Amino acid sequence: MTPPNLYLWLIPLLPLAGAAINGFLGKRFSRQAVAAVALSFCGAAFLMTLWIAARFSSLPTIPHIERVAPWLRSGDFTVDFSFSLDQLSLILLLVVTGVGFLIHIYSVGYMWEEGGYYRFFSYLNLFMFFMLTLVLASNYLLMFIGWEGVGLASYLLIGFFFLRDSAAAAGKKAFIVNRIGDCGFLIALFLMIKQFGSMDFSHIFNAIAQSPQQFPVESSGVGLLTAIALLLMVGACGKSAQIPLYVWLPDAMEGPTPVSALIHAATMVTAGVYMVARSHVIFEHAPTALTVVAIIGTLTAIFAATIGMAQTDIKRVLAYSTVSQLGYMFLACGVGAFSMGIFHLMTHAFFKGLLFLAAGSVIHAVGGEQDMRKMGGLRKKIPWTFWTMSAGTFAIAGFWPLAGFFSKDAILFQAFTSPYGSWIYWAIGLFTAFLTSFYMFRQWFMTFFREYRGTQEHTHDEQSRTGVSTPHGHGRGGVHESPAVMLVPLAILAILSIIGGWIGSERFDKFLAPVFHPAPAVSAAAEEAVPATLPAEGVKKEGPSENVLAMVSVGVAAFGFLLAWFLYHQRPELPEQIAVAFGSLYQAVANKYWIDELYSWIFVKPLIAISGIVFWRGIDQGVIDATLDGSAATARELSDDVRHMQSGNVRSYAGWVAVGATAVIAYMVWVGTR
Amino acid sequence: MIPLSCYLVLSAILFACGVTGFLIKRNIITIFMSIELMLNGVNLSFVAFAAQWHNLSGQVFVFFVMVVAAAEAAVGLAIIIALFRTRETLNIDQVNLLKL
Amino acid sequence: MLHLILFSVFGLVCVVGAVNLLLQKHPINSALSLVVVMGSLAVEYLLLGAEFVAAVQVIVYAGAIMVLFVFVIMLLNAGEEEHTEGSRVAWLLGIPGMLAVTVIVCWALLMHSDTRTVSLGALPGPPADIAQLLFHEFLLPFEVTSILVLIAIMGAVVLAARPESAPERKEG
Repeated sequence: MTPPNLYLWLIPLLPLAGAAINGFLGKRFSRQAVAAVALSFCGAAFLMTLWIAARFSSLPTIPHIERVAPWLRSGDFTVDFSFSLDQLSLILLLVVTGVGFLIHIYSVGYMWEEGGYYRFFSYLNLFMFFMLTLVLASNYLLMFIGWEGVGLASYLLIGFFFLRDSAAAAGKKAFIVNRIGDCGFLIALFLMIKQFGSMDFSHIFNAIAQSPQQFPVESSGVGLLTAIALLLMVGACGKSAQIPLYVWLPDAMEGPTPVSALIHAATMVTAGVYMVARSHVIFEHAPTALTVVAIIGTLTAIFAATIGMAQTDIKRVLAYSTVSQLGYMFLACGVGAFSMGIFHLMTHAFFKGLLFLAAGSVIHAVGGEQDMRKMGGLRKKIPWTFWTMSAGTFAIAGFWPLAGFFSKDAILFQAFTSPYGSWIYWAIGLFTAFLTSFYMFRQWFMTFFREYRGTQEHTHDEQSRTGVSTPHGHGRGGVHESPAVMLVPLAILAILSIIGGWIGSERFDKFLAPVFHPAPAVSAAAEEAVPATLPAEGVKKEGPSENVLAMVSVGVAAFGFLLAWFLYHQRPELPEQIAVAFGSLYQAVANKYWIDELYSWIFVKPLIAISGIVFWRGIDQGVIDATLDGSAATARELSDDVRHMQSGNVRSYAGWVAVGATAVIAYMVWVGTR
Repeated sequence: MIPLSCYLVLSAILFACGVTGFLIKRNIITIFMSIELMLNGVNLSFVAFAAQWHNLSGQVFVFFVMVVAAAEAAVGLAIIIALFRTRETLNIDQVNLLKL
Repeated sequence: MLHLILFSVFGLVCVVGAVNLLLQKHPINSALSLVVVMGSLAVEYLLLGAEFVAAVQVIVYAGAIMVLFVFVIMLLNAGEEEHTEGSRVAWLLGIPGMLAVTVIVCWALLMHSDTRTVSLGALPGPPADIAQLLFHEFLLPFEVTSILVLIAIMGAVVLAARPESAPERKEG
């Protein structure tokens, strides 16, 4: 039977309409109107997603593709505006629209006092449009549009307080580093066009799967698919903040906290993971690339975790934590457990989004202060925020039965047992889990326990958070709880953080199996073919069972909790002594290993120097300007010389006449006597 | 029985002398006389061709040339007189107010 | 034979007169040389049989135009030419160019002309025949030329008229 029309194209376009209305007309609206427009369009997209999810099981063909309009036609190469729906995109859709909608609600309250209210919601809806395009695209080119668009929205939102230099610089940094990754992505796209002649997912993946001779598994590490996979990974590193392109994410905390929650925790940074998962066919045919992905993920996880230990800004801790957790997701993809990576993506969206929103609530409570050393003892003063943030902290640490336990544990188990994995990944991942637990509980203790160390009479716009704010309306001084419009999303996300993992990794994997382990195509060449997909979960290496490993990881998380409790609750004078004792090592960690300075020294400064000397002075002034000025000067000199013909001297005029007449007569004689 | 080319060569020599005079002389009146010399050279070739081709139109044309030469001489000399009144000189090199 | 001798003699006189016009420093000498040239040209016309043209040459050219020239020279009291800084173009380009043209034209004429010859008194041009042409085929140019002369007269009178500043001069 013909597939029903699900109007997939409406899902991205509804937020786009909201963005347009708010963007063009929002300046004249009241705040309530702006919020209403934004929430209604985003909510409508969420409701449509729910409706589609309800009808999902009755779809005849998965993936369900809807071709909306033609786009590029060039000989045999065609790309259309078409959207596809399968299990993977359905999960991403639910996460993006659901968490996005909650964050929209939260922002209504959080940004109430800020200037440019309509602009914020316009950008936020614009981001939703691009992200949904990315998720729903059925070919790489449309996905790339969404990819670039979320980068743009990220730039706009990071630099929302554009009057602040640091915010503007952070926005630029994010966009430029993203672009470096996009360069790799583009080259991968070009290679795909050359090899496959199409950008369509199904076309490319079927071509690879059904021609094992032409596209063998490239175990040697050299080959076209390896190149494509590595270049796609470069793009993912840029978008999802992995080594070496992670440097933009901590600076992106200059944006408002809902932006950090939505874009830099829950959705945009996960686009890289989604893209790698979507391209799993290519990656599975390039084991070297998979290894590279796993190594990058693991290294990033532990690297960012070590930096997170020494941060004092509440949002920076969470930023490095995000980088670290993204490393986990890439580790999962790198050992072939793509569905586990997506599982962790989902749970991470819940608890990291919650943590960021709760951090925003804390900041709002203490009047703009973001330094944890000036917080403390807030447990009794802002109870709702405390309890929701605790749920998020325990979830990320990986305590049973919260969401993070299931997903993180599944990743660690796969790292240990998968044919592509190794115990080294598991060991590093375990140590990172310990570090994660430690720094998250460090943050928890420093923020909520012991005595309040800050001066809550800070006026609300003094601190670094705001650049264009108006003074807060409520006259209550001191630490106060956030309004209900901010607390309800926190509560919902807390509930999701608790129950989000109860679906269990096996059922999750089974749900996504049609995407990642499709039934092999029946073709004549399939008989002697090497299996094109990774072995299913059942084939494992010999090793300890999953339960043993789960207990080990919970134990490690508990150890982190105890260490944090000891250092930051019982004996709070110890951390400083430890820092002094470790001296330069601590300095290195606290200064983020001076990576930003290194990049500046290697890349930024030489580039600026080259731009100034070679391109500006050399080419622009020396060649282009000189050519134009030179031609003008030449014209002037020429006319200066010719000018002397007009001397006013009659005899010279006569001379010229004679010369001209001579020429004419000579020519006529020559013609006449030929 | 003289070949026609002899007349034409003579005409060319007279014309050449006229042009030379026009170019090297400094007195305005002498320059004018060189112009008349040029015209005379041309008249000779007209008449020579008329004789060769037995067409009287050549001689009629000489007539017209003379009329025009007369008119031109009259007006030109009037101009020279007017010029002399203002510039007090007949040297053509000093009549150069039109230079850039 | 006679034709050749007469032609050569008077041709020589023409050329000598023309060269003398160039070489003389005083304009009155140049004017007189020009009169000589015109007279010998009239003889040349006669050799070709153009009687009317020869007569008109003497009467109009030598008798009226040159007289006008001489009058103006006397009126302006023109003296000998002074040496002034002239134009380099005229010397360097004009004369060589004109010489080149002359040589080329002569060469072309002498090399390529057909062997047509002109006999003595070749084309008689009685006034009656000329008048016939003048008033039939060339009527329009004739009338236009008369208007031209009228305009020339008016122009000459206007240009040479003394300006109205005579009373002023009497004061000072």
